[in-house]
Amino acid sequence: MSGRDDGSALLEVQGLVVTYPVRRGIVGALRRRPRRYVHAVDGVSLTVRTGEMLALVGESGCGKTTTAQAILGMVPTVSGEIMFRGEDVTALGPRAMRPIRRKMQLVYQDPYESLDPRFRVRATVAEPLRIHRVGGSKDDRDRRVVDALQRAEMQPPELYADRYPHELSGGQRQRVAIAASLVLDPELLVADEPVSMLDVSVRAGVLSLIDGLRRRGDVGVLMITHDLSTAAHFADRIAVMYLGRIVEEGPAREIVRDPRHPYTKALLSVVPKRDPRDRTTPQILSGETPNPVDVPSGCRFHPRCPVAEDRCRSIDPRLAPVEPGRGDHSAACVLVSGEGEVRMMAGDSSGGT
Amino acid sequence: MSSPLLEVRDLHVWFDLPRHRELHAVQGVSFELEAGDRLGLVGESGCGKTTAILAVMGLLPPSASVAGSVLLDGENVLVGGEDSVRPHRWVDVAMVFQGAMNALNPVKTVASQIAEPMELHGTASGADARRRAGDLLEMVGIGAEAGERYPHEFSGVMRQRAAIAMALACGPKLLLADEPTTALDVMVQAQILELLVALTKDLGLTLVLVTHDLPVVAQVCDRAAVMYAGEIVESGPMDALFHEPRHPYTRLLFAATPDLYGEDEVLSIPGAPPRLDEPLVGCPFRPRCDRAFDRCVTEHPSPKPVAERHMAACHLNDVPAASA
Amino acid sequence: MSRLFIEPGLADAEPSKRARGSLLWDVVRERPSAAIGAALLGTFVLIAVFARLIEPYGIHQQVGPVFQRPSAHHWLGLDDGGVDMVSLLIEGARISLTVGFAAALVATFIGGGIGVLAGYFGGWTDVVLMRITDYFLVVPDVPLMIVVAAIWGPSLFHIIVVIGILLWTTTARIIRAQVKSVRERVYVKRARSLGAGNFRLIFRHVLPQVAPLMIANVVLTIAVAIFDETALAFLGLGDPTSTSWGTIIEHAFLRTAMSRGAWWAIVPPGVCVALVVMGCYLLGQAIEDALNPRLRVAHLSVKTFRLRPLAGRSEEAV
Repeated sequence: MSGRDDGSALLEVQGLVVTYPVRRGIVGALRRRPRRYVHAVDGVSLTVRTGEMLALVGESGCGKTTTAQAILGMVPTVSGEIMFRGEDVTALGPRAMRPIRRKMQLVYQDPYESLDPRFRVRATVAEPLRIHRVGGSKDDRDRRVVDALQRAEMQPPELYADRYPHELSGGQRQRVAIAASLVLDPELLVADEPVSMLDVSVRAGVLSLIDGLRRRGDVGVLMITHDLSTAAHFADRIAVMYLGRIVEEGPAREIVRDPRHPYTKALLSVVPKRDPRDRTTPQILSGETPNPVDVPSGCRFHPRCPVAEDRCRSIDPRLAPVEPGRGDHSAACVLVSGEGEVRMMAGDSSGGT
Repeated sequence: MSSPLLEVRDLHVWFDLPRHRELHAVQGVSFELEAGDRLGLVGESGCGKTTAILAVMGLLPPSASVAGSVLLDGENVLVGGEDSVRPHRWVDVAMVFQGAMNALNPVKTVASQIAEPMELHGTASGADARRRAGDLLEMVGIGAEAGERYPHEFSGVMRQRAAIAMALACGPKLLLADEPTTALDVMVQAQILELLVALTKDLGLTLVLVTHDLPVVAQVCDRAAVMYAGEIVESGPMDALFHEPRHPYTRLLFAATPDLYGEDEVLSIPGAPPRLDEPLVGCPFRPRCDRAFDRCVTEHPSPKPVAERHMAACHLNDVPAASA
Repeated sequence: MSRLFIEPGLADAEPSKRARGSLLWDVVRERPSAAIGAALLGTFVLIAVFARLIEPYGIHQQVGPVFQRPSAHHWLGLDDGGVDMVSLLIEGARISLTVGFAAALVATFIGGGIGVLAGYFGGWTDVVLMRITDYFLVVPDVPLMIVVAAIWGPSLFHIIVVIGILLWTTTARIIRAQVKSVRERVYVKRARSLGAGNFRLIFRHVLPQVAPLMIANVVLTIAVAIFDETALAFLGLGDPTSTSWGTIIEHAFLRTAMSRGAWWAIVPPGVCVALVVMGCYLLGQAIEDALNPRLRVAHLSVKTFRLRPLAGRSEEAV
């Protein structure tokens, strides 16, 4: 299988903002209380190249799943650009989006729920072909289904094609779901916590499968996960999100071994290690992630930050290289970027420039 | 020498299935706990770990039948079924359930729910129970005044903390925690685990932590028992399990778990656990084992001591100069 | 691409012929009440289908004196016209079941359609359709049926339509609730995000999932429809040219069977109605129970686990 890596960015997101209105309730609506918004994603920029895996890491509610949904056109964006192969897809209507959606596929978290229990494996994998009217004859479709099952390492495909989901194990179901995403020959795979519902012993297999697909140069992968260990093992780059923003981004090894942002440091310190001799004192942040309706002023991490200074209350730091001239590792913290570009918190919080 | 706090001997649990079939969920589990121990009960879904501790609590449904003995301070609490477990449940042994968010009654204040088991078991009543509930909430880090609020006003972590406070209501000696952090983010997971460890140290509580997450056990427990297909295949000090595993499943399970700084390739274990509704012949792990040999096909390995307080059920340990 | 992921015991097993959803068969196999219900209903359906072949005498043929007692020749005696009761009951089964099944299908078609549309599209569609359903729900069925049947005139077709358009409301509400939950399932969302249209989503993903519930509803509606038809016929609003169980009862009642002590002319059709209705309820209820996991929760029971002596580990250890 030939790769299609031409070095250019497959997906380029710039200053993405997604908000949801907050329910006001009847009393609020009657009092004409102003409608408030949750800034689920508040100025996110990221790039995925063909053959690359980017892990978007963060705690629940940090906006990582909303980012993925916005990229796939499943939720409307407020501002920002989503360039897929150089074309801004935020401006496209559903009809124009259709051929592009074929090239971006989502792998869902829970393979116990994402497969129709009444569909045999063959029908599940063939469904995208039918929907997009790809593959003229039945023979042609069958060939593509078998091919996709093979790429998902369901060997031999004939053994599985006529089974129902309840006859498969969790790992096999996720492989079927991956096969169903591969059948349209996508260029971007968005994997939303692809193994969190699977047993530990089969997780590595599913992750290696996704890893292999991108290493062969077929696809670029955006993996959404809360598990830093998994991200460290399989991704090229890690982007850490906190409260709708990317706070640190860089090569996976570097993020794990040399984190710069205080949030990343704390997050890494609480990940349990396998080796019982390696019991480090976790740096436990008190409290929970604040509600994204009331984003703290200045640096949004400052109320929980162990090293926050006075200026952190007022300065909203933007992502900047951790060292001058280093484009590949950046953090959004005034203490890291030093004199790096900072800007005052203006009246709006719409991120970007 | 005094008897151990908890001793489980040859525990079996069967579940009725339609058409007169049975699921042999727990197949002869034995382990013991000294006061103050922190034991991790590790295994994948369906291995029987939750069923085993529900049996200890006497909380199995009518479709279950149980054999074996559960000795609490030397007294067999299983001998008379529900009637002999009830006096101990919540008083001597308490449990924190998986998804504890749903274990709270939405229409009662949190403090009154913590006071309830005290009144039921007669350990405290009225104002006394209320005061104790406040103390417990303080202890789990919520604060006594939060007790007057309702569960829906709590966040996920606070509910989990409240559920722990509820388990501690009658001052049990043994706390069974079933996947207490599975649905939580790492940061709050760390908070809950820190709390559990602190409680065992401050109150001299004995903890059984049931989880599928090996690193969590590695960080929290001194000892662990690894379950597979309804049996404990290896148990021993956590350190020995990681550095010198004597059962291939333990070794492969660690190898399948990614570590933040690990350099080795993460490998999955091919295949799936056996069905427990059919009799097993030979070693249950054999079809997935990378070191299986002819003896594993026919002979069921029983747990044997391999080192100090370290047991493993694997034929490889009988072969000289071969270790799992 | 060389790794094999064949599970032990899976490679040699045949893929099953049926989806997990073919639960109708499982329900009948596992629940005695369902089996009894299915047997009752099945027997009457067979009788109705082969009615013309098994009727021992003609249904317009006088074979003896009026209200003759049951005898070896005529097991259930004769009616007011000297016609064999067994033959009449068999003919009655044919008509009553036809009306019941047809009316239930009409009701399920309307109710299922409205339920699916309201549940699937939600929003204003849902609000409007459910308001209409509410109006139909509060209209008293039997009086309206009487009025409509009286206006349209007595004919079998009219009876079927009248019953059908009055019985769909429950089905609509139940199906709507189920569809609302199914459309939120991840696999439906996945198909939608793939670009599947509403038609495909409804017919390929949603309907198959609510089909068992619809079948349970059809069965329960048949019972109500047969009951209603009997009531209408008894009130003289049935089709005079056909013989249903209701018309048999009506005739016997009008021709003073009661005062003459001719119980055999009036009790057997009533028993037939009761048996069919019971069969439908047993079967329909069993299917509904099987579909609703909340009714199967074990820990609500006050019973607890059982102890079992351990007969040595020898059996397991072999």
